[in-house]
Amino acid sequence: MKDAPGGGGGRVLVAEGLVKRYGEVLAVDHVGFEAMPGEVLGLLGGNGAGKTTTIAMLLGLLIPDEGRITVLGHDMATDRFAALGRMNFSSPYVSLPHRLSVRENLTVYGHLYGVKGLARRIAALADELDLGPFLDRPAGQLSAGQKTRAALAKALINTPSVLLLDEPTASLDPDTADTVRGWLERYRDETGATIILASHNMAEVERLCSDVVMLKQGRVVDRGSPAALIGRYGREDMEQVFLDIARGTGVAAGGGA
Amino acid sequence: MSGSARRVWGLIYRHLALYRRSWPRLIELAYWPVLQMCIWGFVSEFMVRSSGWAAAASGVLIGAVLLWEVCLRSQMGFAISFLEEVWSRNLGNLFVTPIRPWELVAGLISMSILRMAAGIIPAILLAWVLYAFAITDMGFAVIAFFILLMAMGWAVALAVTAMVLRHGAGAEALAWSVLFGLAPLSAVFYPVAILPAWLQPVALAIPATHVFEGMRAALLEGRFASGHLLAAAALDIVWLGLAAWLFASVFRLARRQGLLLNVGE
Repeated sequence: MKDAPGGGGGRVLVAEGLVKRYGEVLAVDHVGFEAMPGEVLGLLGGNGAGKTTTIAMLLGLLIPDEGRITVLGHDMATDRFAALGRMNFSSPYVSLPHRLSVRENLTVYGHLYGVKGLARRIAALADELDLGPFLDRPAGQLSAGQKTRAALAKALINTPSVLLLDEPTASLDPDTADTVRGWLERYRDETGATIILASHNMAEVERLCSDVVMLKQGRVVDRGSPAALIGRYGREDMEQVFLDIARGTGVAAGGGA
Repeated sequence: MSGSARRVWGLIYRHLALYRRSWPRLIELAYWPVLQMCIWGFVSEFMVRSSGWAAAASGVLIGAVLLWEVCLRSQMGFAISFLEEVWSRNLGNLFVTPIRPWELVAGLISMSILRMAAGIIPAILLAWVLYAFAITDMGFAVIAFFILLMAMGWAVALAVTAMVLRHGAGAEALAWSVLFGLAPLSAVFYPVAILPAWLQPVALAIPATHVFEGMRAALLEGRFASGHLLAAAALDIVWLGLAAWLFASVFRLARRQGLLLNVGE
């Protein structure tokens, strides 16, 4: 299958045989997957399963010990800057500078990503994500929900073709989390962007993900759509499938954990 | 504006926005250079009134204080601008943008120049108003002194930044302490000949030593010490090359060990 240089009909993201060791600890063990345009791919697993390490490798923050990553047709080992301009990410583990207002933060990242018509883009994001009431407030003075929306606006400032989200609705109340999920669905539908989502919220995974990669101790232990995984494990929802895989108690029909 | 220039401007804008919102940071920029100028300026005034020889040397002392601050403020301006990203746990966001490492360094150098100017200009004016010391007394060489000392400051800051990347915020004390440690060897307030013979080769391997020898030649003898300035320029190139190599090596190591996500901890 052909890789998509511009996020066209082929594979947008390809990870092959990724291995990452931290000293004696094997954090990621020959992980491989691919993502298509408009797909929301879930990376699932318990704490220490290798999700964050995998995302860091996809973003070029971390060099794999083995394996290869191609994003939008660019090899991340040799040509990552060409891909990074069309990628973005959001994570609760990194934050926006606290003393800068949301507008200033978005202006900084708009410049870093070379966004054209930056003032218009910020106004559009403020409107869509309802940032208006706190757009000129320092990021450090925002509530958890407002911070998440500001971080999401930063992740969308360059209208990325590939969006990586690590726990995008962590610490949000159900109402705000639902709004954010709805917004992500609309963004995917309108732009055809590929979204890689790491989450511990199984309802979120069922709603957003078209495909799920299940990780355990750094290895891919199963993969499929949420419906397929639920059926394969003979369960009622992804929460139960997750527990089966994490605890090693479930047996998938025809393979898997 | 080209892509690179836009990214460098993005970094500068980030820091200017920070200073606009933080008056203690703004005050800190000028506080130490002005304080140093007050202390050493009054010491010089005392020397002028109590000793004939010291009268000739007093301008040298004030000039030394000013020029040393140029080096110190350049180094701290670079290193602290990087530390601001560490303190705000923003490196993870920064390094997944298309910004190249050299563009990051260019942004930090730009901030270093702005911070240095914000600190030094009030000190220069103070020296002129209180002690009738005009920095232009050094002649056109003063431009070379500034450039050579800023370059040394950037080299030290690049090495400090590499250590912060490698060891996290725990290494941040280096941003304040490294140049203070080099000051006794840099012949800032006395000629290098005052140092013990075995220590002089070490002192002469520091770019600032040659700048201050050149400054004394300009102020006391009215001559342009081109040999010292050329030596300082050559040493700056070596120091910057070594620091750039160290930074690039540590940046690669940080990408191998995942330090870019955790460097604020």
